[in-house]
Amino acid sequence: MGTQGPRVALFITCLADQFFPQVGECAVEVLRRQGVEVTFNPGQTCCGQPAFNTGFTVEAREVATRVLDLFGDADYVVAPSGSCSSMVRVFYPELFAHDSSRLKKAEQLQSRFFEFSEFLVKVLGVEDVGASFPHRVAYHDSCHLLRELHIEEEPRRLLRGVRGIELVEMEDYRLCCGFGGTFSVKFPEVSVAMGQDKVQAATRAGAEYLVANDAGCLMHLAGVIHRQSLGLKTLHLAELLARRE
Amino acid sequence: MNGESEHTPKFLISSLDFKRMSEVEVQSNEIHERAKQALANAHLQEALRSSTLRLYTKRLEAVPQVAGFERLRDRAREIKREVMDHLDFYLEQFANNVERRGGKVHWAATAEEACAIILGIASDVGTREVVKAKTMVSEEIELNHALEAASIRAVETDLGEFILQLAGERPAHIVAPAIHKTRADVADLFAARIDPVRTEEPERLTAIARQALRAMFARAEMGVSGANFAVAETGTVVLIENEGNIRFSTTAPRVHVALVGIEKIIPRCGDLSVFLRLLARSGTGQKLSSYTSILTGPRRPGEDGPEAMHVVLLDNGRVATLADVKMREMLYCIRCGACLNACPVYRKIGGHAYGWVYSGPIGALVTPQFAGLEQAGELPFASSLCGACREVCPVRINIPDLLLHLRSKAQRQSTGRKPAADAPVNERTSMHLWAWVVKRPRVYVLCARLARLAQRLLTSQRQGDIQKWIRRFPAAPAARWTDGRDLPALAPMSFRDRWKEINGK
Repeated sequence: MGTQGPRVALFITCLADQFFPQVGECAVEVLRRQGVEVTFNPGQTCCGQPAFNTGFTVEAREVATRVLDLFGDADYVVAPSGSCSSMVRVFYPELFAHDSSRLKKAEQLQSRFFEFSEFLVKVLGVEDVGASFPHRVAYHDSCHLLRELHIEEEPRRLLRGVRGIELVEMEDYRLCCGFGGTFSVKFPEVSVAMGQDKVQAATRAGAEYLVANDAGCLMHLAGVIHRQSLGLKTLHLAELLARRE
Repeated sequence: MNGESEHTPKFLISSLDFKRMSEVEVQSNEIHERAKQALANAHLQEALRSSTLRLYTKRLEAVPQVAGFERLRDRAREIKREVMDHLDFYLEQFANNVERRGGKVHWAATAEEACAIILGIASDVGTREVVKAKTMVSEEIELNHALEAASIRAVETDLGEFILQLAGERPAHIVAPAIHKTRADVADLFAARIDPVRTEEPERLTAIARQALRAMFARAEMGVSGANFAVAETGTVVLIENEGNIRFSTTAPRVHVALVGIEKIIPRCGDLSVFLRLLARSGTGQKLSSYTSILTGPRRPGEDGPEAMHVVLLDNGRVATLADVKMREMLYCIRCGACLNACPVYRKIGGHAYGWVYSGPIGALVTPQFAGLEQAGELPFASSLCGACREVCPVRINIPDLLLHLRSKAQRQSTGRKPAADAPVNERTSMHLWAWVVKRPRVYVLCARLARLAQRLLTSQRQGDIQKWIRRFPAAPAARWTDGRDLPALAPMSFRDRWKEINGK
């Protein structure tokens, strides 16, 4: 492995850490194949979004403050999540708007922080990561990735670069899947109904796999699918891009 | 049309029995119950799905037809900001110009004051009947109740509102109030309440309503409308619509009363070229609505129109909103309804679930702001924060950001709240605990290990995929997750433990 590659600190996100470690492993593998040197700081836990989105701003700020100091030496920080990336890039500067020294740190982190697919396409300039996956795949845009970070094309370009893949679009594909962080347990019925609609749209599009870039959406969608005993499978983009079937 | 005469309803509107709504209150904290009811109603689900998707798609198709639509949105936002920053100046200018053109201006600080002013005007006119143009702000002040209480009959003349008045319901959508009613619903309603000969033909249904309303227009002495825009430099009230009932209500009766929220002000007539191009396209995908009425003062000698024009300028919580620098943006809203059509939550639960007159994402802002967080504290949480609303808002209101602001405000007031029945501690305590843990990586790791241990002990005797999926979790909030979907079990090893292995590779 070349030592000239960029140094990337992985921000695993708490959900992937505890529920989907394979997402992190696959992200590491895909990045390493591109000559990236990946590091992991075990001091990381969560970005603070659960508190922030539920209105507990003080708690969110406390948790976020820790994150500001975790990645001092890395060229880039990469997270396999649109939602956590939005938290750091869009909402941290808002959280620290009245704290100039932390705001400075937040802005410094913001400029180095990338979502996984965005990093591959925009920073590394890669669209073909050498994966092959001969299946019908529908890609679900997570809302934060789509509407906070405006990353719509990058994941699709990476998917189109996968050998054997058949990419299908769902009807009304930009519609939220209903996860919404704590919304999923505050309005569970509505959240599940939205999830069912999304799963139906993927099924109608003929997809075997429903792929997204956020463990939250995937946990929710997989939970809906499993409860209904459907054949549709879910996969994180990083997992798919690591496949060489 | 053949045979029309035999089916022509032989009635006058005065013989129609409008359902009285029960004493109205803000029921926004019942959103959970109402949402469940809406989700269980397959008929409503289909009506909501097809109507919102149709309006949403029409907007999508209409937008690229205008060169520079995005610049128009920017401009509209700038104009609204300018107005809100100098509202005192523009309001005074507007009021002076209304009076200069022979109109009468009234200032109402609250809903009650506005109702009292309008009742006073009705009493001066000496009428027992009022025709009403479609106006959300009159719903906001519960004008129909106030009129009813004074034994004055108020007749809604917008077809959607007319249907709802017969059914005794509130509007379920800002622009399309009867969006939740299908043609069959309206046929049943008309057959039961107006003309026993049931028909589902839209032409016949509208003919029935038209017949009823024409008679009313012909004899009404007072009409009440809202306003889409109030132009400061001329004292003009601008109203847009598709049915013609607003033009009728504002011009046929002797007296026209325009009830205007103070946020409706725009500085110049020229600004209409920005807003009119945005409003109909955003709301219904039309270039312009069928009628645009531009009303400046009562009639002058030799003209048609009302003898007197009153403008009631309403605060009712708007000034307080203006004072909140963050929430001020909410007042930019031009009530196009685009955010409702785009909202995945509105599409599932409909307007009535929001428990007051304004629904959808904008309702989740307006209701807590105007009616108080105590009454509507749940609304800001009724959103997945997906941002679809912001994407379509013609004045680019950052609705998710404002919802977050209200969430934070709601939580500051939540100190000491009792835990929910299914939760061991209240939300505040659980968030404190959570923050305490995630600020301490070692404690976080320990908690995760303990959870894994518990998971292993609880599932060790079980077969199949029970070790991968949890079907029922005993305590909230996870129990609320497993009510409708399965919860993946914690992975046997966390990533941080796996890292030690893969890093050696």
